[in-house]
Amino acid sequence: MKTFDYVRPASVSDAVAAATEPGAAYLAAGTNLLDLMKGGITRPDRLVDITRVPGLDRIEPMPDGGLRIGALVRNADLAHDAEFARSYPSVAEALLSGASAQLRNAATVGGNLLQRTRCAYFYDTASACNKREPGSGCDARIGENRLHAVLGWSDACIATHPSDFAVPLVALDAVVEIAGKTGRREVALEDFHRLPGDTPERESVLEPGELLVALRLPAEARGFSAHARYLKVRERTSYAFAVVSAAAALRIENGAIRDARLALGGVAAKPWRARSAEKLLEGQRPDAASFRRAAEAALADAKPSGDNEFKIELAQRVLVRALLLALAGTPKRVPALPASPFSSPAGAFA
Amino acid sequence: MTPEIGLTQTSRHARHGSNIGQPLTRRDGILKVRGEAPYAADQHPAGMLHAVLAVSTIARGRVTFLDVNAAKSHPGVVDVMTPAHKPPLAEDPDAKTNPFMFRMELLQNDAVRYAYQPIAVVIAETLEAATEGAALLAPTYEIQPARVGLDSNDSFVPPAVGVGHPAVIERGDVEAGLASASKRIEAIYETPAQYHNAMEPHAIVAAWDGDALSIDTPTQGLAMAQGRIAGLFGLSADKIHIRSPFLGGGFGSKGLISGPQILGIMAARLVGKPVKLVFRREQMYGPVGHRAPTRQRLRVGADGEGRLAALDHHAKITSSSFDDFFEPAADASHTLYASPAIRSSHEAVRVDTGTPLFMRAPGEATGSIALESAIDEMASACGIDPLDFRLKNYAEVEPISGKPFSSKALRQCYAQGAERFGWSKRPPAPRQMRDEAGFLVGWGMGTATFPALMFQGAARAVVRSDGSGVMETGAHDMGQGAWTALAQIAADGLGLDLDRVEFRSGTSDLPDAGIAGGSAHTATAGMAIHNAGAAVIAKLADLATSDQRSPLFGAGNAGVIARDGRLFRRDDETRGDSYVDILTRAGLTEIEARGTGTANPAAQADYAMHAHGAVFVEVKVDPDLGQVRVTRAVGAFAAGRIINPRLVRSQLFGGMIWGVSFALHEEAVIDRRSGRIMNPNLAEYHVPVNADVPSLDVLLVDEHDPHVNALGIKGVGEIGVTGSAGAVANAVWHATGVRVRRFPIRIDDLVVGHQ
Repeated sequence: MKTFDYVRPASVSDAVAAATEPGAAYLAAGTNLLDLMKGGITRPDRLVDITRVPGLDRIEPMPDGGLRIGALVRNADLAHDAEFARSYPSVAEALLSGASAQLRNAATVGGNLLQRTRCAYFYDTASACNKREPGSGCDARIGENRLHAVLGWSDACIATHPSDFAVPLVALDAVVEIAGKTGRREVALEDFHRLPGDTPERESVLEPGELLVALRLPAEARGFSAHARYLKVRERTSYAFAVVSAAAALRIENGAIRDARLALGGVAAKPWRARSAEKLLEGQRPDAASFRRAAEAALADAKPSGDNEFKIELAQRVLVRALLLALAGTPKRVPALPASPFSSPAGAFA
Repeated sequence: MTPEIGLTQTSRHARHGSNIGQPLTRRDGILKVRGEAPYAADQHPAGMLHAVLAVSTIARGRVTFLDVNAAKSHPGVVDVMTPAHKPPLAEDPDAKTNPFMFRMELLQNDAVRYAYQPIAVVIAETLEAATEGAALLAPTYEIQPARVGLDSNDSFVPPAVGVGHPAVIERGDVEAGLASASKRIEAIYETPAQYHNAMEPHAIVAAWDGDALSIDTPTQGLAMAQGRIAGLFGLSADKIHIRSPFLGGGFGSKGLISGPQILGIMAARLVGKPVKLVFRREQMYGPVGHRAPTRQRLRVGADGEGRLAALDHHAKITSSSFDDFFEPAADASHTLYASPAIRSSHEAVRVDTGTPLFMRAPGEATGSIALESAIDEMASACGIDPLDFRLKNYAEVEPISGKPFSSKALRQCYAQGAERFGWSKRPPAPRQMRDEAGFLVGWGMGTATFPALMFQGAARAVVRSDGSGVMETGAHDMGQGAWTALAQIAADGLGLDLDRVEFRSGTSDLPDAGIAGGSAHTATAGMAIHNAGAAVIAKLADLATSDQRSPLFGAGNAGVIARDGRLFRRDDETRGDSYVDILTRAGLTEIEARGTGTANPAAQADYAMHAHGAVFVEVKVDPDLGQVRVTRAVGAFAAGRIINPRLVRSQLFGGMIWGVSFALHEEAVIDRRSGRIMNPNLAEYHVPVNADVPSLDVLLVDEHDPHVNALGIKGVGEIGVTGSAGAVANAVWHATGVRVRRFPIRIDDLVVGHQ
């Protein structure tokens, strides 16, 4: 088989040093990377296994009331952390709607944010894919593309980002901490993933060797916990990626929307923050009409990248429904079918 | 554990009296839960090498270069099998001397006929080295444009469909019937290519010893596989020993031995060592068959009373460019509904895919979803409840042949299923029901049917002087429970408790049990077992009734019955003799006899033989988002005598879930230009997960069939798929008012404005 070096650094600085050379890849749970390697989609020369790096697996409250989540915290452990789920319920719901129980037990927070697209043409090494092989072309553009992007895509790439977790995180102004050769920096998660443009192979702002070490949720995001939901439309009830998903969070005062946070999943190469829609909602009465106007604004720039025009209308409806669910109030516990339309309480329909 | 031990199952459940009809748990269940059931890929004979397939990335053309040197230079790679370097075969892999002999790619040339076709085999000391060696071959191709889909080539009328059925059959005058009808509908239904996706990938471990060949491989047809291998390698069949004690699912894909399995045997011959070859998941999307896509046009006419005047079912299907299998989809209209005029017709298109083959309910499943949808549409057009409409058109004799049914408890299925489901409360118009949360609720139904088939099987029965028994037949357990159900028949046949019977099965050196397909395995192998048991009991009775020392002396064979390891006088059960005593007095350590199971041609000539069922489904649909969820399904099935109701219910559950899958989930997404399947894995080729099937209910409707076979068995393996898929589609219509005729039904279809 293709040989590669395997190193197991004991500290973040050792990890960064080991991963700076071209061809290096960080390995955490490997729930995505190992599949990609087995399929010959990525062929790293060096795996830098960070699972023994101490200090990256903690969930810590911060002095300002926010929460800091280490990159190696397992998806399931985070979702089932009572304090986290109470403060950021839509994020917990999104986590539990992703993958399968077995995968969630293994997969890490950092790995989730850095997972690769599920575009079939990316996985199929016989197809042209600019993301896998820059400059080779995009077979998805003229292929089977009913599930591809409707926002932010380019002729070079129409793939979507598959994470559920990242969608409410982006809505709630999450920040990632990045360690590099020259020290640490912070980037808003909204700015962390890149749109494809002419360089779809570059999916995030990480520079070679840089390591995502933690994720932070601001204290302010707790203010939405009473009205925060994640909704995911998919082709089966579990173990399927989103056709379209939406995170909606509201702060309501005196019968009006004081603040809204909205993001969409399954529509673009990154979790798609809908700021124009948020602005439209501020000060408005929370009702189906204002939600629909906001949803239209969120998708105003959308255009089909193939046989996927239905996703534009569907995304608006998902956003409206997510807002209605958020308005109805966060359920006390994450529903048995997390993020499913079928977990909706009575009265959710417009 | 050695496989030989694993093949001999003994009971953990002592039962007394009749074993048939008992809901025993699987006798191999604990082995499977512990991971001790030996599957083919678990075998590691000493000195074994690993073989990995290199497969084509193009769908049509030829291989112009393989970098064999690069592969061979890789550490651990032992050899690379290519068209230029392979062991000789005794038979052309493209020869076809009978309809069950399908052409295979055994590196006979450089042609590529479909994507994922094997083009070389790399053999190495480790799986990893073989895998990398296959990647290093980096083939180049001369590419020809792929023909993809039902409109990519000229169509023709196939010479036959399914297994030798005429492509066009008409009874009565369909055009006249349609012309006379007061209500007519015409609709086109489309079903996609589907792949079997058994949980266990095909695998083979092959070892040669001179001209003797030892094989571990999953197969639904030991004897047929043995025969095919014998022909290809020029061996006599008795030189080939195949072990197939357990299959991790087959669904038809393991019915006939496939090309890549043969390549594993060739690889072992080439290197002179045992070789293991396990398919990667995506390699199951080419050379092991699939369910062909269909486009079906139904024209249905009815009179003013809602009685069918004509039923015209036309199916356009694909087959491969190089072989013939034609999904008999339109034949689904032959048996269910009484109509004075019925026509089935087929038209085929050759495309660049692997040859489609039998896949669970081949023809019945594809045809059923179209027929049951059309019947529902006609019921609605006539303003009649779908169940009443079906009862109005109930076939008292088989419509296409006019033959009486050997038995048909479909009315009871309708009644019991409807009662359990609560069908009578169904509002006739669509989009009338909502649940408390506001979801659209719809109820739909479909009729299930599948022919009661039998193949030819044989069994050998032994009674030993310690009072125990042995039953041998080379049957196949694909997960359906043959180890258990057939052992139950064996115990009754031998007049022994189950724990006194050693049931041997799953290897090719045992009597041929017939193929595990066509829902016919329990009937075929079961009848062979039954007859072998009866034959050995008759021999025992001969011994006893002619032995002056026996209490049965002079009773005569007909006057003796067997039970609990003893023979009794039928007219006086106080007089009996044990098997132990009979054999001991005769100085025998054991006595044996053989039996066969096969259909009775006279009964087949006189009767139409089918299992039947009725499936009722509730779906909920999100009115805005288009997501569908099946919330309840009730199936009532009449399939003759039920050997093990627990296993049968599982089979029917599985079939009904497959119906849900057919209607809502399954589809091979084929790139329209390259002909490559873009979702060849279980993450993206969707089948239902547990959360998709919250409530299933199966009713077993009592049915005694004196004609199908002496045991009255009809078979249950495939019928559950039929009816169920249409019931889901009809429920979606009833929930939404949107009639979707392209399957699977997708969110896109139900998001209003994009229908």
